[in-house]
Amino acid sequence: MKRRNLLAGAALALGLGGAALAGSHEPLKVGFIYVGPIGDGGWTFEHNEGRLAVEEHFGDAVETVFQENVPEGADAERALTQMALQGADLIFTTSFGYMDPTNAVAGKFPDVKFEHATGYKREHANVSTYSARFYEGRAVQGHIAGKMTETNKIGYIASFPIPEVIRGINAAYIHAKRVNPDVEFSVIWVYTWFDPAKEADAANALIEQGADVVLQHTDSTAPQAAAQAAGNVITFGQASDMGEYAPMPRVSSIIDNWAPYYIARTQEVIDGSWASVDTWDGISTGMVKIGDISDAVPADVKAEAEAMAAAIGAGEYHPFTGPLNKQDGSPWLAEGEIADDGTLAGMNFYVEGLTGEVPN
Amino acid sequence: MIRLEKRPSPSRTVGMLTPVLAVLLTMVAGSVLFAILGKNPFLAIKTIFYDPILGEFAFYYRGQLLVKAGPLILIAIGLSLGFRAGIWNIGAEGQYIIGAICGAGVGLAFYPADFWFIFPLMVLAGAAGGILWAMIPAILKTRFNTNEILVSLLLVYVAEQILASMSLGLLRNPDGAGFPGSRNLKQYEAAANNELIVGTGVHWGVVAALIAVILAYVLLNRHMLGFQIRLTGESPRAARFAGVRPRLLVVFCLGASGGLAGLAGLFEVAGPAGQISIDFNVGYGFTAIIVAFLGRLHPVGILLAGLLMALTYIGGEAAQATLGLPAAAIQAFQGMLLFFLLAVDVLTNYRIRIGRMEAA
Amino acid sequence: MDLSSINPLVLIAALMVASTPILLAAIGELVVEKSGVLNLGVEGMMITGAICGFAVAVESGSPALGFVGAAVGGALLSLLFGVLTQYLLSNQVATGLALTLFGLGLSALMGQDYVGIKPPATGDVNFGPLADLPVLGIVLFRHDLMVYVSLAIVAGVWAFLKYSRAGLILRAVGESHDAAHALGYKVVHVRLAAIAFGGACAGLGGAYLSLIRVPQWTEGMTAGAGWIALAIVVFASWKPWRVLLGAYLFGGVTVLQLNLQAAGVAIPVEYLSMSPYIITILVLVIMSSNRGRAALAAPAALGRSFHASS
Repeated sequence: MKRRNLLAGAALALGLGGAALAGSHEPLKVGFIYVGPIGDGGWTFEHNEGRLAVEEHFGDAVETVFQENVPEGADAERALTQMALQGADLIFTTSFGYMDPTNAVAGKFPDVKFEHATGYKREHANVSTYSARFYEGRAVQGHIAGKMTETNKIGYIASFPIPEVIRGINAAYIHAKRVNPDVEFSVIWVYTWFDPAKEADAANALIEQGADVVLQHTDSTAPQAAAQAAGNVITFGQASDMGEYAPMPRVSSIIDNWAPYYIARTQEVIDGSWASVDTWDGISTGMVKIGDISDAVPADVKAEAEAMAAAIGAGEYHPFTGPLNKQDGSPWLAEGEIADDGTLAGMNFYVEGLTGEVPN
Repeated sequence: MIRLEKRPSPSRTVGMLTPVLAVLLTMVAGSVLFAILGKNPFLAIKTIFYDPILGEFAFYYRGQLLVKAGPLILIAIGLSLGFRAGIWNIGAEGQYIIGAICGAGVGLAFYPADFWFIFPLMVLAGAAGGILWAMIPAILKTRFNTNEILVSLLLVYVAEQILASMSLGLLRNPDGAGFPGSRNLKQYEAAANNELIVGTGVHWGVVAALIAVILAYVLLNRHMLGFQIRLTGESPRAARFAGVRPRLLVVFCLGASGGLAGLAGLFEVAGPAGQISIDFNVGYGFTAIIVAFLGRLHPVGILLAGLLMALTYIGGEAAQATLGLPAAAIQAFQGMLLFFLLAVDVLTNYRIRIGRMEAA
Repeated sequence: MDLSSINPLVLIAALMVASTPILLAAIGELVVEKSGVLNLGVEGMMITGAICGFAVAVESGSPALGFVGAAVGGALLSLLFGVLTQYLLSNQVATGLALTLFGLGLSALMGQDYVGIKPPATGDVNFGPLADLPVLGIVLFRHDLMVYVSLAIVAGVWAFLKYSRAGLILRAVGESHDAAHALGYKVVHVRLAAIAFGGACAGLGGAYLSLIRVPQWTEGMTAGAGWIALAIVVFASWKPWRVLLGAYLFGGVTVLQLNLQAAGVAIPVEYLSMSPYIITILVLVIMSSNRGRAALAAPAALGRSFHASS
């Protein structure tokens, strides 16, 4: 068994050697693995915008390759191996489900740098992880939503009950409640990231039951259109700006802005200063961008929201600052205490005041 | 005037030649498509059909062909038995999912124990899960005369929901910081379906697929049951006179196809995929239906069809990553290949006659 | 939990809109299957219709033209299936699946330039005072034109199959193509016409998604609606009004589960999400066990190839 291992290793190393050799002559090759089509208008679309920004920034010094619609699991491992074999120097894998494949392939190609989005495993020195603090944007949304709702009922279209989504619900709720004690959240779990028809139905169900603000953690613009048809309902763009629905119903948005990070990391590979890190950036570095707050929002609310975003960006304010209790009333954060990243990363509970249960 | 004249018996020679013709036709039509998209058509065709087998990195791709073809062949063999008898199980995708969940569930229940019997037990559980899921349409059909096409198809969606629920709940990795997905079985030696010979892509699922091909061949040509299956498909009435018990045949055919699909799911989850996750299934169950027909429902044909299908996947991915072809172009290309393969099959059973129609 | 926040009338109106895409696709497929052809490519035709309709509507500025374009696009794609299965006698199940694969790829290629664009809006039909009627106003008189068109198509298909001579021929072809051929009917032509009609309806259903219900274009946006449409035809045991019932039932359960969630009913979400499928299966079981002949309701020649000399 051992000798076979060695043989296979040699074969891979051979391919790798060729790649490294090629690397010294050719432009730096940066690869991207996408979970959806680049035309999804949301998650993958924004990662691809980041790729295009890399191309524009470096010009001929960098060549990018990508593969879209890569299923998580075995297919991802192959797509990664393929890119590494064909001489990629730096590969971004842009979905949580690529975590184990990324680390597995990284073990076989020690000279290729791997960057995995939204995961936590860095089993090799050539793996970094990166993610965005979208909850910072959710806090700003919550503030605007709490101020603007007249029915005091806020609808929330959630995808899957994972920490990322739960964090967003909590952040939005805390800040809506702070400015409007009567506010209530209705959460619909649609169990999909992307199903425009179902998202439209969910938005309509929320609106029909009296919600006049709809927040979404799914990627299509279907809820925006539903809100527009209903009139008098406000929404926020998700993943991308969804500016075509401004100024109403879309009053602001959270934009995934990966370009600065992708450019910086590519530059580090060129400089030879790249190292394995865990990045969790937010408004401060521009990884999370608050889309333009439209005129449908009263000037004072807009000013408050912008001030909050600025305070978060400057590190003066953290959206999860105590006193905060968990849903069952047990204390979570004491007065002035700030949530640690570990708890936030694995968040699986609602804060006090939210009704309903986190599924499972 | 061109017309078709039925051959007295299907031509074997033509039957062998038609797939070659279809592949050639696809290359021509595909070249046009790729040229329209502004890519070098020759390079694209070479990347898809030649590189994975004989190109620079073929040492890696050849193994991956087996990894991709294994589940397709395994499932298609099971489906072909039912299809021959006119029993339409189009829900193999659901049986594949349930097989994977049951198999992985058994393995994870033992974690982190190390017994030799864990993997064999998982294999049994995987097959049992697939069979059980297929028994739902089987029993509804025999007991209530409910259409098995509809029930097996609808159960795919139910299985997908169960999969999501399992990856977020019962089977979620307790050490996974709240993220969805089970433990990685590849990192749990006693439950892992690793490559039997490293670097070849051969795992137990590939072995099982080959065994299934041989067993199906023997069954159909040498066994009474195989005779009954063929007879039922060709002439249901004659089959009844020959003593075929239709209900038993329904149970057998659905059970066999469900069991093999469940096995495929188990081998995939314990091997290439590694874990139960929300997006674990990638459509093998549906693609296998096409493979079964491309292989003319013949075991050897299915073996070849599975390999060809795998080639278009692997080569198509390579073309995406190296030539920047969109995933959609590859999908359309695969569709074309299937159309041509299906279209030229007419030559096996019919002769083209050019000339005046004789008086009937 | 606050069930009083669910207004049943609004719910009915919402389910009619939610069901229209699958209703359109299913009624088209019903005609196809009545002629003895099983086309599993509904999903592919729907998504092709979705992009064709979207592109035409955006370029022309007219949603109505968009729907025409969607019908034409769906029909053209379905004729690919028609030529393969009717002239080249390929297997219908496999060809249909290939059509779905091809349609998904083709639509994504066609739609590359249409991501992130808003289509021209389709307004609701103005029924004047009728829209203000209590109860009926909300349920019946506040929809867009396509909802009424879909109902009209169902009624039309029903009347066509039941009362017209052409409908009789279509059914004859579906029951026994050999007998129909012996009587002098053009089996292949009848089936091609049925296939094209099915493609056009599926295209309309897809365009309803991309132009009205969502409205936007994104790859894979039909998200399995075509498969549901197929299931509904079988569920309806090939009867037009039952297709309507099935589509509304399915859409109704989907909308209801979202409404129950919004109202805070503490039912595990994953079970709610699978409820439309399970309820469809249960209803089917009850129907088929009550009427032992359910399986016989299928057109006798369904899925079988026809060649004149055979």
